[in-house]
Amino acid sequence: MGLRGDAAIVGIAELKPERKPEGPFKLGIEQYAGLAKMALDDAGIPASAVNGIVSSTSLREASMFIPATIAEYLGAQVNFAEVVDLGGAIAAGMAWRAAAAIELGAADVVVCAIPGMPGPTPPNAPPPNPGMGFGASSNAYGSPQAEFDIPFGNIAQNNGYAMIAQRYAAEFGYDGRAMAKIAADQRTNACANPEAWFHGQPITIDDVLESPMIADPLHLLEIVMPVSGGGAFVVASREWAEQSKHRPAYITGFGERLDLKTPTYARDMVHTPVGPASKQAFAMAGVDHGAIDAAEIYDCYTITAMLTLEDAGFCGKGEGAQFVNEHDLTYAGDFPMNTHGGQLSFGQAGLAGGLSQVVEGARQIMGRGGDRQVAKADTIYVSGTGGVMSEQAALILQGA
Amino acid sequence: MEKPYPVPTPTSQPFWDALREHKLKLQRCNECEALIYYPRANCTQCLSDDFEWEELSGEGTLYTYTVARRPTHPAFADEVPQLIIVVELDEGVRLTSTLVNGGEDDLEIGMRLKPVFQDVPDHDVTMLRYEPA
Ligand SMILES: [Zn+2]
Repeated sequence: MGLRGDAAIVGIAELKPERKPEGPFKLGIEQYAGLAKMALDDAGIPASAVNGIVSSTSLREASMFIPATIAEYLGAQVNFAEVVDLGGAIAAGMAWRAAAAIELGAADVVVCAIPGMPGPTPPNAPPPNPGMGFGASSNAYGSPQAEFDIPFGNIAQNNGYAMIAQRYAAEFGYDGRAMAKIAADQRTNACANPEAWFHGQPITIDDVLESPMIADPLHLLEIVMPVSGGGAFVVASREWAEQSKHRPAYITGFGERLDLKTPTYARDMVHTPVGPASKQAFAMAGVDHGAIDAAEIYDCYTITAMLTLEDAGFCGKGEGAQFVNEHDLTYAGDFPMNTHGGQLSFGQAGLAGGLSQVVEGARQIMGRGGDRQVAKADTIYVSGTGGVMSEQAALILQGA
Repeated sequence: MEKPYPVPTPTSQPFWDALREHKLKLQRCNECEALIYYPRANCTQCLSDDFEWEELSGEGTLYTYTVARRPTHPAFADEVPQLIIVVELDEGVRLTSTLVNGGEDDLEIGMRLKPVFQDVPDHDVTMLRYEPA
């Protein structure tokens, strides 16, 4: 059961994160097309070979019929079309869906792209009203969030993750310095990645702990940096992979799990869905944790990374802080984690945030990590997290 | 900026009606006896749609919390620091609320909490908030 490992990420593309891009801006659909071309060129695969496309839920120009709109715009005729609605886990979810479609024979070359730049302002547009948005919470009539959470201010991400961290502290204790070390080690990685938003700005554990408290126990430097950007990757069959320009990153295992929207209603707030997702991914790939050369772990917050280390089985439950303290998480260390800097230091370009982990995993296997290339990159663990630990996915990528 | 308040649905109306009488009533499944929160058309354990509304004391313990030092939405700017809590009722279900009649120094996971029925006449709703027991 599961993937045979006959589909691989063969091309990658990523825009350099920007904080206040000046434009001119492209439409979402134009961004999709541009990112697709970059990733196909990277692989050395012609556009005519594309017969699958996967989109995120966010395409500014369409809320329905998204794949058909993209196919028409690209001039592509596709046998496989998907919209993946998993928040920060979209990219990981795209990767395994594309691999599954390829192994089933439904497609050969699948483009997965997530635009993350602003678009042009339409003429006569009403001025934006930022106060009306409730972020990832739905305020639509009848939405459980609208009725039972938003009225209490339980909105967006910071406080949900903070409440998970607070519960974790009560059950297992809390080592704030270990949490801060995650951010500091990843910043070291970002300083070896010229594309990272925080390139050239090293930080220490004390810097993290001295940054403002946003939602107890989370400090500012433990919270992701929103940027503009975006990226894409191409998943292709073994036949195409063997002819592509770079060493392919075969998708040999995956798992996905979701069971809640708001963590208040979790069966157990501190045992997260990435646990069963990762267990499936490791079993499918037939590898154990000791085989992992680098881990690209979704890190909207330090607590997200810590809980993923534990629940994915890199250490026991409650031992995450000890694990972080005992390992060097930098690209040169004994447990390279988020070698691009993670979203904490690379930046989070909206729904493309989690794409940075998938692309970095493939990049390391391709041997294109530059100054941050890990010495051995044959087997890489990747995770994605959407919502507030709501929807999580895990991948195992392997070089041939 | 106007704060968001709950808008009952036909399914949840008995819950909000009870709160207006300063009572907490939740659905208990007649098939599997599960108590569920929030109100739903079907049971989260067995998907049965056969429920009784059961009155509870509303008492429970603090499961977790955060102190939001930046407003979680501009409408809550006047409440900073927001004391957002998750309460585990003695019957086992959890709900989101806020702590009233206490400060951030009072918050300790596992502490006993009792319900505060806060009428909001302008919105024709009663909010279920909590205070230290
Ligand atoms: Zn039932």
